[in-house]
Amino acid sequence: MIRFTNVSKRYPGGFEALSNINFHMEKGVMAFLTGHSGAGKSTLLKLVALIEYATRGQVILDGENVTGISKRRIPYIRRKIGFIFQEHHLLFDRTVFDNVALPLIIAGYRHQEIGRRVRAALDKLGLLSKERLYPITLSGGEQQRVGIARAVVNKPMLLLADEPTGNLDPELSREIMSLFSLFNDVGVSVLIASHDIPLIKELDYPVLSLQQGRLAHDVAGAA
Amino acid sequence: MNRMRKNRRQSQHHWQDNLRRMLSPGTILQRHAQVALDSLGRLYRNRLPTLMTAAVIAIALAMPSGLYLLLGNLERLSGSWDGQASLSIFLKQDITDHSARALFAQVDEWPEVESVQLITPAQALQEFSQQSSFADVLGVLEENPLPYVMIVLPAGDHIDPAAASALRDRFSQLPETELAQLDLQWVQRLAAILAIAHRVILIISVLLALAVMLVVGNTIRLEIQNRREEILVTKLIGATNGFVRRPFLYGGIWYGVLGALIAWLVVEAGFWLLSEPVSRLAGLYQSDFSLETLPVQLLGILLAAGTLLGLLGSWLAVGRHLDAVEPS
Repeated sequence: MIRFTNVSKRYPGGFEALSNINFHMEKGVMAFLTGHSGAGKSTLLKLVALIEYATRGQVILDGENVTGISKRRIPYIRRKIGFIFQEHHLLFDRTVFDNVALPLIIAGYRHQEIGRRVRAALDKLGLLSKERLYPITLSGGEQQRVGIARAVVNKPMLLLADEPTGNLDPELSREIMSLFSLFNDVGVSVLIASHDIPLIKELDYPVLSLQQGRLAHDVAGAA
Repeated sequence: MNRMRKNRRQSQHHWQDNLRRMLSPGTILQRHAQVALDSLGRLYRNRLPTLMTAAVIAIALAMPSGLYLLLGNLERLSGSWDGQASLSIFLKQDITDHSARALFAQVDEWPEVESVQLITPAQALQEFSQQSSFADVLGVLEENPLPYVMIVLPAGDHIDPAAASALRDRFSQLPETELAQLDLQWVQRLAAILAIAHRVILIISVLLALAVMLVVGNTIRLEIQNRREEILVTKLIGATNGFVRRPFLYGGIWYGVLGALIAWLVVEAGFWLLSEPVSRLAGLYQSDFSLETLPVQLLGILLAAGTLLGLLGSWLAVGRHLDAVEPS
């Protein structure tokens, strides 16, 4: 699903956020990405999300080399990925339903199809009764679940989560992680950046550990 | 496990079906209609600022179209003199009927003359009393004060102003002539003034069209700034630049259309206010002239101009500011 070959990322000004990263995450795998802040977790996710580009090396997503990809192609690659952010980036002037429907509207689905899929996603996340509410009226955990519903409504092949439990208490964090496990069970690849080491240890998934821009362990699938 | 795989395969089939349905023209039109309506709804939710922007656009559109309409009416007025040069030769009072007719026969033979018409004092008096309210005054007079008049149409190669003036000079030198007058002069002067007015209004129109584009562009630029977060999120979840651009372009079009509608009301109301005093003035000149506004054509032109300028203005803003908003 994701393959990094000798990937380095140097930001303008000379700071090298990632140096010589090699790993291969296979389809259908769920893995954690850990490391202290500044270790390069966000940069790695940004390379996968095509927000940043590798200075050296090669990034392959779902069999497609995205290293020097044209700007026009980027949206279509991003549609294969569901993003979950720490600050969930919901649109506060729209209802829960409209937030979750956004990826489907972007992809140009029909009206009836959108309604069906959004309700299915909301149902899976236990939010069906909240579809008409605005995100501001929801609790932190509920907002995060709306963000997850938006990420999975399009049935992406890959879920990317950047500190999805960063603002949640341990109980809610565990609940969110078990949701990710559920999606992984139906074949979705999941990569979660997190520094919640105790929680990660509880769950038996491969861990990519970054230390100062270098990969310390490579246990995700087979390299 | 088997069921799960089957599900996945089914969902792949679904995906292909969906792609086919998504690309059908019905859906593309539906999608555009949806975006257009959403943009309109957004404008409606911010009624007051929308109305203020639309009013500025309306004033900028109403000014030149109102002026053009006024000019068109003036041209219609001056056009009722058919623009053909003609000479009026007033003969001296003491000319007898016989010598007037002799001169008429003689002039008719001139090569510079296309046709000539002799108006006797009696005919002139009758025409005059029919056309104006001086009939009563004329009736009081014991004698007919009007002279013989020849109306001369120059031949084709003597129509231009210089040749017509030369012809007038030739008439002036005749001993029977009291006054030879070239009727074209004031029509020509009026036409020249109207041509200048045309040019001035054209310049005003171009400047105000630019103003409309800048107003729309600036409004859309502010809106892009306000919706920055939304643009970032939609781009992150796979929106193409076209998708992000569309609501702003429709917003620009709506501003133009609203401005055009208000401009139409303004112009029609302005002409309605003018119509009464104008027809009173026309009445003083024994004319049934009245202002025309051609409301349907005006609405069509205003809507076309508003739509185009709104689209251009938002296009400028979107091109400059939207592509710069990229997730980081």
